[in-house]
Amino acid sequence: MEKVIFGDNQFFGVNHMSEEKARSQAMRFQDTAEIIKVIDVAYEEGIRAFMCTTHDRIAEVCDHVRAHPEKYPDFEFYPCMPYAHKYANAVTEYGMVDALRRFLPEGNAAGAMLKGGMAIATGDVKAVAELLIDAEMKMFAGCKTPVIFLQNVITDLLLGIGYKEAFRIFHDHVKAKYNAEPGFITMNMPMLLDVLDELGIKNPIVCANINKIGFRTSGGLEVYEEAIRTRPFQPIAMSILASGALAPREAIEYVAGLKNVDAVVFGASSRGNIRQTKQLLDELL
Amino acid sequence: MIKVALIGLGKMGISHLSIINAHPGVDLVAVCDPVGLLVEGITKHTGIASYTDYKQLLAKEPLDAVFVATPSKFHGEIVKAALDKGLHVFCEKPFCLDLAEGEALAKQAEDAGLVNQIGYHYRFVGAFQEVKRLVDAGAIGEVHHVRAEAYGPVVLRPKGSTWRSKRQEGGGCLYDYASHGIDLLNFIVGAPSSVGGTVLNRLFSADVDDEVYSTLHYPNGMSGQVAANWSDESFRKMSMKIIIWGKAGRIQADRQEVQIYLRDPAKAKALGLNLGWNVKYTTELTEEVWFYLRGEEYSAQIDHFVKAIETGGQTVSPFRSGVATDAVAAMMIADAAGAPQPSRQAAAPARPGGLSSILPWGKKA
Repeated sequence: MEKVIFGDNQFFGVNHMSEEKARSQAMRFQDTAEIIKVIDVAYEEGIRAFMCTTHDRIAEVCDHVRAHPEKYPDFEFYPCMPYAHKYANAVTEYGMVDALRRFLPEGNAAGAMLKGGMAIATGDVKAVAELLIDAEMKMFAGCKTPVIFLQNVITDLLLGIGYKEAFRIFHDHVKAKYNAEPGFITMNMPMLLDVLDELGIKNPIVCANINKIGFRTSGGLEVYEEAIRTRPFQPIAMSILASGALAPREAIEYVAGLKNVDAVVFGASSRGNIRQTKQLLDELL
Repeated sequence: MIKVALIGLGKMGISHLSIINAHPGVDLVAVCDPVGLLVEGITKHTGIASYTDYKQLLAKEPLDAVFVATPSKFHGEIVKAALDKGLHVFCEKPFCLDLAEGEALAKQAEDAGLVNQIGYHYRFVGAFQEVKRLVDAGAIGEVHHVRAEAYGPVVLRPKGSTWRSKRQEGGGCLYDYASHGIDLLNFIVGAPSSVGGTVLNRLFSADVDDEVYSTLHYPNGMSGQVAANWSDESFRKMSMKIIIWGKAGRIQADRQEVQIYLRDPAKAKALGLNLGWNVKYTTELTEEVWFYLRGEEYSAQIDHFVKAIETGGQTVSPFRSGVATDAVAAMMIADAAGAPQPSRQAAAPARPGGLSSILPWGKKA
């Protein structure tokens, strides 16, 4: 796994500090060419991994990377699935079961059966889940996807409900079908580690908020630090700047000072910020 | 451990299921939903008991409290059954489509000393709590105008077949989005006495409103506006903003930040703020929760309910305030339908002379 991973929140109007900033970013990046320009800057600065939600627009980035193999010889996508708002809005509009049907793929026999309600009716969660994963992965066909993540809203929803086997289904399918490492994004890292441990999933990749002020570290910063110190897993630190509450050097010094944290995902839109963050990570991590 | 059940496993119900089940002080013993497959799946994969009939659930399971997250039209009946059994009740918003029913349930819960709460989760957002704190502390002096705006991408085309698209079942932008804005304003400055100029307009829906605009009139002459539109694709998800104008300043807030402009040097000093602009961010206003899903406020409201049961306290979003919010929604429906508004007609011409001229509007209810 890469140490420095480029994130995509900034491209899709996600900003935990300011809705105005989020909107101006959404405007700037409404043309996918603008997203690709920033990805190119990150690539030029030596970043090789792009961690991205399975947003429709990412499909265009995939098309671009596929069309220019000479330009991106080492480019890796780390897909994060699903893009949850897509499902949540559909559930509001169509109800739970019909929304699910709408997202199952067309044009293959199993999909057609599922659409007819077979797997839903028999409660075959594994079959449905695998089809949904495949539907989300379709856009990455022909691209490198060495790590595939379950997005935090879904990870944490399942974690709270206590539907533990779902993690096993995701884990096994990602390994078997995509020959990739499964990763889990969570806002509840210590709780998730307990469950993955119980399932026998060894040394999992877990991406969680890790920052000096403990922003969105459920249960508190001390519990997180303890887990990082003592549990066998591969943490990826996200939200290291705590949505801008911390200065870059201070933020990265903190993360680098935690033994066992060897990977960081960050988002930025300007060459200056990308270069500064990458250099600090190279220097300190 | 408090023994609880959850009735209704739609979008909010599933989210509650996760948060309640993760709460260390709660034993979630049963869930109920008419979709048998869903509840059976939950029992199969989690061991939580499942029912398709809430009456059976209430009859069979020994409980301390229930969470009701069904479509709104069932709230009254189920909440009544739970209160009759002496259970504490958390009910999703809007509370009751029938105001008299909501009023009776609020009274029943209060008389029996049962903890009661409505799921207006914005009351638990750090930024909005900060607005209330500042307004209560008199930071911006006498408040003369308030505004709540809610926009988001729920209904973007003429389709939809869930209860949210049916007026009689509590669907529509008024109940779904605008009610949050109404409730937040009620929380911060109290309830209006009347409304005027209400527009409940359809854009894509056949049976319910997709956009809501209304003017609020308060007993003290203060005015307000609510604007909500759930057919606005330019927002990634629901966005709620409030603005409060006072004679000594202005406060604007959304989930992420609070922007405060203060004119009174003494007040600013007393509150440890700057004269002029101040900005506070969610990172400093939000308390960590034990479990996070979608936003701290969803967890915080459930923890608040549990703590109120443990300590016998009141909640900050009781049935009583849910009824007050429903009452404003009902006034808007009547107003939009052209119900008689004599004092509004009388006051319709321009209103020179500042606040005092608004008073007749405020008296009409």
